[in-house]
Amino acid sequence: MVRVGVVAVQGDFLEHVQALRELGGVEVVAVKSPRDLSGVDALVIPGGESTTIGSLMRVKGLDSAIIDLAESGLPIMGTCAGAILLAKRVADRVVGETGQPLLSLMDIAVVRNAFGRQRESFTTDIYVDGVGKVRAVFIRAPAIVDAWSEARVIAYVDHYSAGKMGAAAVERNLLAVTFHPELSGDTKMYEYLLSMTRR
Amino acid sequence: MFKLVDSYVYIEKLRDLIYQLLEARDRARSGGSAYLPNNSSIEVGSTLVKLGFISMLKGGVIMDVTNEKQAEIAEDAGAVGVMVLDKLPYDVRMSGGVARTAGLDVIKKVMETITIPVSAKCRIGHSEEARLLEEIGVDLIDESEVLTPVDDKVHINKWEFKTPFVNGARSLPEALRRIYEGASMIRTKGEPGTGNVAEAVKHMKAVVRDIATLRGYYESGYLEGLWIYSKESNAPYELVVLTAKLGRLPVVNFAAGGIATPADAALMMWLGSDGVFVGSGIFKSADPEARARAIVLATTFYDDPETVVEAQRMVSEKASMMGIDVRTLKPEELMQTRGV
Repeated sequence: MVRVGVVAVQGDFLEHVQALRELGGVEVVAVKSPRDLSGVDALVIPGGESTTIGSLMRVKGLDSAIIDLAESGLPIMGTCAGAILLAKRVADRVVGETGQPLLSLMDIAVVRNAFGRQRESFTTDIYVDGVGKVRAVFIRAPAIVDAWSEARVIAYVDHYSAGKMGAAAVERNLLAVTFHPELSGDTKMYEYLLSMTRR
Repeated sequence: MFKLVDSYVYIEKLRDLIYQLLEARDRARSGGSAYLPNNSSIEVGSTLVKLGFISMLKGGVIMDVTNEKQAEIAEDAGAVGVMVLDKLPYDVRMSGGVARTAGLDVIKKVMETITIPVSAKCRIGHSEEARLLEEIGVDLIDESEVLTPVDDKVHINKWEFKTPFVNGARSLPEALRRIYEGASMIRTKGEPGTGNVAEAVKHMKAVVRDIATLRGYYESGYLEGLWIYSKESNAPYELVVLTAKLGRLPVVNFAAGGIATPADAALMMWLGSDGVFVGSGIFKSADPEARARAIVLATTFYDDPETVVEAQRMVSEKASMMGIDVRTLKPEELMQTRGV
């Protein structure tokens, strides 16, 4: 039995919890405060509003608890807002520097709302290195525009107006995904995260 | 287990069915309102991305604002979105006259100032106001009873838009009728601009009670109960069955209409809301910054009394909006009876 935590302060954590439960052999816990993290083998930071999740994680010290676990090797997948929170550099396409609270764990640069507003949200198939073809749902999605030192972009999306943009990146035990595996019914990204717990 | 996202797949099929019946799908496609006309494999504006976007708002607070300054306060407080209005619901009530959608320049200004989603209201049945809002790029459209309705019989056909819509509802049948018309999100109507959460409580409990009844019919295999419910309450049968199967509203359901304090927000979360809209409650109070933050905290940590106490102590009851007792309103002054 693998124990997976899902950060549950705001966003679509319910969808992650339900998708993980369906995988079988996974025990899922909703994480609202640092004590919920005890004994987890992997962690998911869901989609939602990154500014909201970032500021709410500070209230009970969940942010510093996650940073400690990440540094000790806990596999963490951040989807959409979660990917933004994992990044060290974040800007918004229109507004510019956001100065929002982040976990700043991965050597990647992320642009928020990179493809436009909700009107421009889309679904498509993309190829993820080491995972294969994945059905990907992009909602007001960010994009990974730079990766340095140990971080590596493992998926790109070829977009009609934004061009070729990074859609997923990995750095040791950390996985940033700018789309929503919890919405598409495609379980490959979860299996990839679970494979990291066995390494 | 039947999951919330499974209901999204079902609603997508329902849209397809409705489009086939209307033979309108091709028209919508060529008009570009359902899909972007290009040859790539990228699909824009599908039902899944509309419902999926709404899913991201869960557990959050959307705040009514009238300018970009208030929008910044909302973003800093941790709101998941703002709703741009010309006047706050309380002021709409006081000023009388016809209430219309907010100035487009005001909305644009807000969109350029903050990074969180921007919503705006249009009048019930006013599809052109909705089209204008979609054109300037609003993320969510509220077809709202706070504004003066232009059509007392029919709501907007929301399937024709690639921008998601939220509608108010006082009961489950009302909510299911709105979903059938293409709403991606439901909120209780409450009684807007009163600072009195009583009506929102009444509406949320009515929805929860009906869902429990339908769930009972479904689990006991009593199909006849579902037929009678659908017939007697004018609720679309397919969505009655979907709700019974899922045991919750098939789309995200927020509380709205009269929420003024952190305790109000936590109460609505306990009653089963997925999140909270705050209208006049924040910017009609004397302590908007502290109150905005406190309501965000109470919404997320509603099940942790210590944090709700902390949130409630951040605001002063002396600073809360005065509010209006709903029982003193004349029937024609009620907003909740508009567009049922």
